Amino acid sequence: MNSLITIWANRRINPAALVLWGLAAAFVAYTFVSGGYLIAVLHFALIYTVFVTGLNIFMGFTGQVSFGHNAFAAISGYTSAVLTATYNWDPLPAGLLGLAGALTCALIVGYPVLRLRGHYLAMATLAIGLIVYEVAVQWDSVTKGYMGISGIAPLGIGRFTVVSDRALLIFLVIVAGLSLLSAAGIRRSRLGRAFVAIAGSEDAARALGIDVARYKLIAFLISAGYAAIAGTLFVHAVGFVSPEVFGLPMVVLSFTMLYVGGIGTIGGAALGAIVISALPESFRTFKDYQDLAYGAALIAILIYAPRGMASLPALWTKWRQRVAA
Amino acid sequence: MSVLRLDGITRRFGGLVALDDVSLTIPGKGLSAVIGPNGAGKTTLFNVISGFMPPSAGRVHFDGADITGLPPETIASRRLIRTFQLVQLFESLTVLENVKVGCHLHTRGGLLAALLPTRAARAEEAAVDAEARHLLDETGLGAQAETLAAVLPYGQKRLLEITRALAARPKLLLLDEPAAGLNRQETDTLATLLRSIVARDTAILLIEHDMSLVMQVADNIAVLDFGRLIATGSPDEVRRNPDVIAAYLGTDEAAHV
Repeated sequence: MNSLITIWANRRINPAALVLWGLAAAFVAYTFVSGGYLIAVLHFALIYTVFVTGLNIFMGFTGQVSFGHNAFAAISGYTSAVLTATYNWDPLPAGLLGLAGALTCALIVGYPVLRLRGHYLAMATLAIGLIVYEVAVQWDSVTKGYMGISGIAPLGIGRFTVVSDRALLIFLVIVAGLSLLSAAGIRRSRLGRAFVAIAGSEDAARALGIDVARYKLIAFLISAGYAAIAGTLFVHAVGFVSPEVFGLPMVVLSFTMLYVGGIGTIGGAALGAIVISALPESFRTFKDYQDLAYGAALIAILIYAPRGMASLPALWTKWRQRVAA
Repeated sequence: MSVLRLDGITRRFGGLVALDDVSLTIPGKGLSAVIGPNGAGKTTLFNVISGFMPPSAGRVHFDGADITGLPPETIASRRLIRTFQLVQLFESLTVLENVKVGCHLHTRGGLLAALLPTRAARAEEAAVDAEARHLLDETGLGAQAETLAAVLPYGQKRLLEITRALAARPKLLLLDEPAAGLNRQETDTLATLLRSIVARDTAILLIEHDMSLVMQVADNIAVLDFGRLIATGSPDEVRRNPDVIAAYLGTDEAAHV
């Protein structure tokens, strides 16, 4: 289980890791039992876990930057929303077509854009996100512009649908779990090693025969795939979509989750998504100072655990060793 | 039988001529070395051979084919593998994973193998694991297999880079100053390793500053000075060559030798 937590941590079961994941599991269980508003917060966190897991494959593993993955969530989410709400498709084929559409766009855009490096790549991806946002606003006849599309069918296959909040929670826990498992599988494979090698040294990777341009494109497509699935999950879970749903705030939020959770780790995506979704709620007692307390908490996490929450078990081991010495 | 042939390689940077009409053949067996003072064009020569930099003029032939202007990864896929003067490890991977990346070229697994560990995928991963561990044992890094590459001591980082290059099963291994920064004992270990690599029919082309290492391990030596090839031959021939002495010690001192 520990291999899920961090690629930097040692392999032994770490008590701090157990506490961390115990808390996360307890939060999910508590929310499941108590229900209410918290359940919506957790739905949101689990969908973002999928999105951030994808972003982590491109940014954490492969060492690239993208400010535009919200575009792929938007393409897939809107495709699925329009097909189900306007044309009465089933969510599954609609979602699959959305995924295919997002991947096609990622391929067309990624091929030229990934030849850019550093700031240029970041700027180009930012543009993709803004363009898709603008299309969602302007293509009124299909997207209904700022008004958005409501009454999107809940997730389901045929007559079996996920309607209740609790059923949706279970479904999303399974999907988020699968996304973490798949990321762990990628990280341990020849493919994942090539990604991390590119992040480490592009020259050394090329000198060992890795086609860096091709593998960057593969990482981009895989991460766009996770983003697309998250986008589709979102529109069906909420039942509504508007351009704002996949706007720039989504980028800021997912970056915060990625860094607070632990970029380059596996479990960090889930920890970051849960903590960042729940954090604003837990600072409600501060009333006017809510944002201030939230910001202070973020800074504290990044100062004391720069590799994010997922690195806490490793930090704890180090601290134990220092105390023991 | 030569494995690498350079025909009139010239490389200019603006007005500077870093390599000036260098023609050279490297045999497919044994250890060859390129030596020369700082700025002689040694690293530029490696960059041209390995595809990181196209030559301004001239052709590079490797293993019977013209590889001039091919990208580095394509040249690597023909089993011409290089290392770097400044060690370039994948620091957030373990020592073992670094060597496994070296196995990239003779393995196949893609996304499907990563997501669905079929019998074939697991068998390939097990074979890569065994091969990488075997190589690490040979180069004396076996005990560090699970260590992060970033935290290795400097001398072991150098060894790991060579181990990783060996995992790519090179026909010709280009080593760019592998002894740079190593102490006496580490250099001796390196010399032994290089001889054992050559003994297994992998040819080595070495750039080196450390003359004693080169004289100890090289079968033949080429000397570059200001981008021009000034001498080739056995260590003894090169050591006695007046042009080489002049290049290394300066003409004034050479007059007194």
